Amino acid sequence: MESAAVETGLRYTRMRRLRTRTAWLFLLPMLVVLAAVAGWPLIRTIWFGFTDAQLSDLAAAEFIGLANYLDWDDAGYFGLLADPDWWLSVWNTIRFAVVSVTAETVLGLAIAMALNVNFPGKGLLRTAILVPWAIPTIVSARMWNWMLNDQFGIINDILMKLGIISTGIPWTADPSYATWAVIMVDVWKTTPFMALLLLAGLQSLPTDCYESARVEGIKPINTFLYVTLPLMWPVIVVAVIFRLLDALRVFDLIYVLTAGSKATMSMSVYARQQLIDFQEVGYGSAASTLLFLTIGILMLVYLKLTRSKLGKD
Amino acid sequence: MRSTTGKTVFALIVAVIVTMSLFPFYYAVISSLKGGADLFKVEYWPSALTWENYREVFTVGSFPTNILNSIVVATGVVILSLFLSVTASYALARVSFKGKGLLLLTILSVSMFPQVAVLSGLFELLRYLGLFNRLPGLILANMVLTLPFTVWVLTTFMRDLPKEIEEAAVMDGAKPWTIVFKVFMPMMWPSLVTTGLLAFISAWNEFLFALTFTLTEDSRTVTVAISQISGSVMNQLPWGKIMAASVVVTIPLVALVLIFQRKIVAGLTAGAVKG
Repeated sequence: MESAAVETGLRYTRMRRLRTRTAWLFLLPMLVVLAAVAGWPLIRTIWFGFTDAQLSDLAAAEFIGLANYLDWDDAGYFGLLADPDWWLSVWNTIRFAVVSVTAETVLGLAIAMALNVNFPGKGLLRTAILVPWAIPTIVSARMWNWMLNDQFGIINDILMKLGIISTGIPWTADPSYATWAVIMVDVWKTTPFMALLLLAGLQSLPTDCYESARVEGIKPINTFLYVTLPLMWPVIVVAVIFRLLDALRVFDLIYVLTAGSKATMSMSVYARQQLIDFQEVGYGSAASTLLFLTIGILMLVYLKLTRSKLGKD
Repeated sequence: MRSTTGKTVFALIVAVIVTMSLFPFYYAVISSLKGGADLFKVEYWPSALTWENYREVFTVGSFPTNILNSIVVATGVVILSLFLSVTASYALARVSFKGKGLLLLTILSVSMFPQVAVLSGLFELLRYLGLFNRLPGLILANMVLTLPFTVWVLTTFMRDLPKEIEEAAVMDGAKPWTIVFKVFMPMMWPSLVTTGLLAFISAWNEFLFALTFTLTEDSRTVTVAISQISGSVMNQLPWGKIMAASVVVTIPLVALVLIFQRKIVAGLTAGAVKG
């Protein structure tokens, strides 16, 4: 009897070990590819940040310590941390991320709540908001470029017909409007995604709270403030951080909508300009590394918030 | 929503949202159908239509090649990332082993990488492999974007498959390879379609890698081609042509999204919140 139990146990352990080995074998191709296209390039980028690498001859790169980040001589300070253009791009990126994600969350929640009740035309609304999401970012940037054209753009035409403005505004060319043009297009494009995320959250809320709130005769606004919002809070926080992580690395929209404008340049656009256009791989890599660190810190917060869900299994 | 005014206001808001969502694309379509001087006359309803811009897009320049490039890259990305992630997600969803949690976190964090953070390293790698300015290079680069996502979503889907089926297969002496491809794959078609579609869309829309890792017009993808269309005269962009090209690359995408909307929404939310 005993020996049979031992044998079963042994067989079980052997099977388990075999299973674990198979699991790693199954993971291997994916891990190799991921290490090759993400891990290794990231390490190289961080290393280049400490060198004077030029795009034309990466092999000739030499270690220069922190000089790309900060350096000084008699003439003053140099490097990324002393470059006003870098700090402008940091500020642009943060302003873009905070303003557009805030707007997207508020609008997205409103649309999600509308989609959570039944009304005629609900299907149309859900389908219609998917269209901006489905359009490639480059295409929407070009479309809005045309619509926001100062002479022939339809937006200026509408505003002039309504008597709000008297002459066409160069939305994407004028630095004081360009930031808002970028934010507006991003809100137009990304609110649907936010609405769908939040709708998934709303649909998972327990219905009995609403039942009792309705029976008690509580005003809808109070139901929203004291029932929906607190229950939805975890979903909202996760969705906001998810979107912030995305917004902080913005490139496509700004690169095409306001091509070359310093007033809207994001950290990604700045880094790519140094890397490719100016061929300063060392300096550009330092900028990329700082962007990576910024996003990395925010990502740790995100993972901490969602980890409770991940750990289970 | 009980009173009539409330209902009217609600309907009005819904109408405004629907119009704002659809109008820009509608405007792109009518602009693409206007020729010559008509384009510079703002109209809400087109008076004269012409296919001139579309003819130009398809006959002058490299746009047809660019479309083909995008199809090749996006299809390649879908096949490669699905193949790599089906086996990986079986291991992640079905086998418990040490370090799995950490591995999942690492994969998830790759999906948050800013693309520029790997740009110089990838540039060096692709040049070393001789894949610079070539489509396989773009397929490989796109793995950074799609692989974490497809692994993640397929793992959540595979976790939900019934345990009994796998146990029965093991009893019958099936090897893990057989379990994945003969037992699970047929049950996973819906989630494979969803994940594949999302990977296709992200590869089709990708811009930064395609812009940086291609040099010649013939190896560009559509997004880069559209961003680079310029006129013969400075500051005078051929807007009709740009809009025609934009409509051409967007219509298949919008069609796919609308046909598969429920699946796509399920896949997106699974990728972002569910975990």
